Amino acid sequence: MSEIQMILLILVACIAGLESVVDEGQGHRPLIACTLVGLVLGDIKTGVILGGTLELMALGWMNVGASMAPDSALASVIAAILVIVGKQSIGAGIAVAIPIAAAGQVLTIFVRSATTFFQHLADKYAEKGSFRGIEICHFLAWTLQALRVAIPTALVAAVAGTDTVNIMLASIPDVVTRGLQIAGGFIVVVGYAMVINMMEAKYLMPFFFLGFVIAAFTNLNLVAFGIVGVVLAVIYIQLNPKYNKSTVAFDELDEL
Amino acid sequence: MSEKKLTKGDIFNMFIRSNFLLASFNFERMQSMGFCVTMIPAIKRLYQGDERKQALKRHLEFFNTQPFISAPIMGITAAMEEQRANGAPIDDASISGVKVGLMGPLAGVGDPIFWGTIRPVTAALGASLAVGGSILGPIVFFVLFNIFRLATKWYGLQYGYTTGTNIVSDMSGNRLQKLTEGASILGLFVMGSLVSKWTSMNVPLVVSTVTGSDGKTVVTTVQTILDQLMPGLLPLALTFICMYLLKKKVNAIVIIFGLFAVGIIGYALGVLA
Repeated sequence: MSEIQMILLILVACIAGLESVVDEGQGHRPLIACTLVGLVLGDIKTGVILGGTLELMALGWMNVGASMAPDSALASVIAAILVIVGKQSIGAGIAVAIPIAAAGQVLTIFVRSATTFFQHLADKYAEKGSFRGIEICHFLAWTLQALRVAIPTALVAAVAGTDTVNIMLASIPDVVTRGLQIAGGFIVVVGYAMVINMMEAKYLMPFFFLGFVIAAFTNLNLVAFGIVGVVLAVIYIQLNPKYNKSTVAFDELDEL
Repeated sequence: MSEKKLTKGDIFNMFIRSNFLLASFNFERMQSMGFCVTMIPAIKRLYQGDERKQALKRHLEFFNTQPFISAPIMGITAAMEEQRANGAPIDDASISGVKVGLMGPLAGVGDPIFWGTIRPVTAALGASLAVGGSILGPIVFFVLFNIFRLATKWYGLQYGYTTGTNIVSDMSGNRLQKLTEGASILGLFVMGSLVSKWTSMNVPLVVSTVTGSDGKTVVTTVQTILDQLMPGLLPLALTFICMYLLKKKVNAIVIIFGLFAVGIIGYALGVLA
């Protein structure tokens, strides 16, 4: 790995870290972060494939209210570096990504507690009426989130591809990597389950089963499913008596 | 005294700043600094001296909602501050009241729409292209998701600012309910198709090996029987088990590790392949 690649990797790690807290442009999602790492390391295809695989597993990882998702930013960046530099399998990538996501979650809790310090500093600047002071507090707190991913990434990038790391990764027994890859095929259901639970609408579950059956017996792709889903939603709302009460009452009055 | 009015530039400045709402997220007051920083262009335009300090403190209070759907709240808060700066009898409590009153219900709409529907659907679409090695995967996800996100933030802010306090009565109609319900239908429908299509589970245990009269050997495994019933039956069952465990407050990471164990043990025993 060249020095420029090292610098660019740390930059990608910073972007992933910054994005992971604001949750806006989605640069912390595996699909984007792994692709960027692949781009920097000159193997974009592996990055994209690993990103897609991890993305499906992480589909339900979300920040809702005060609860936090596992750290997809750290997991994606480090897994992609290890797989691409060390020429490891996608299965090995999954094997390292999940424990890192769990560890990263702990790190995130730590940083989100530490930023409370800036909150109190901002209170002091508010007393003085200083716009600049509050803005600095806000963005300094943000840089901590970049460091949260950038520092571990730099450490891993420094040793990735060395014999020690490759021997360590190679020493994972075949039954584990194969087993993990098999598990990777169905572990995505955890994400689906999280998303379904979040809807919390038992009376809408027929639409879930409809999607399941149509997918089981046809070859439609996801774009088609998206369109059919929107059409179903529009029809449901148009025909739902819950939304049509007033007009019905009005028609009856007219008939009188 | 001339009337104080926010310019288009101020609103645009707020829009840019709203993209960093969660930058300083902390467990004490969550998005409060981000909200205050977003309000700064308005506060700068409307207040001087002591009033300015009061306004800054007012917007450093606890705030937390879904980040995209926060835009209409920022818009309406800016509209209220504008009226207040021009002498309307709006006190601190009513501004805080509107913020707190809106953040809960709006998060309740924004979370299922954005985290429950738009992101999983666009991400699954991108990922399904990406696992085949296509660079289109990440691009499709990034572009589609950000169009939805930026449009919500931009129009939400304008809508909040121009509608002002009327937003509260506007929202009590069933427009939001329709949107949430429609998004849930789309989300559940696509999740259903994903459970069947984008999972793989294979039980290669041989049930019978029959040599037919034509000399061909037909091997029947557990999986062939299951597939004849309904493809994707096992992932479906697993999804319901996961939903049950998640409802019982089992940590998702614990379930994921559990499924890893199932994969490894299953492979070692020859039950899964």
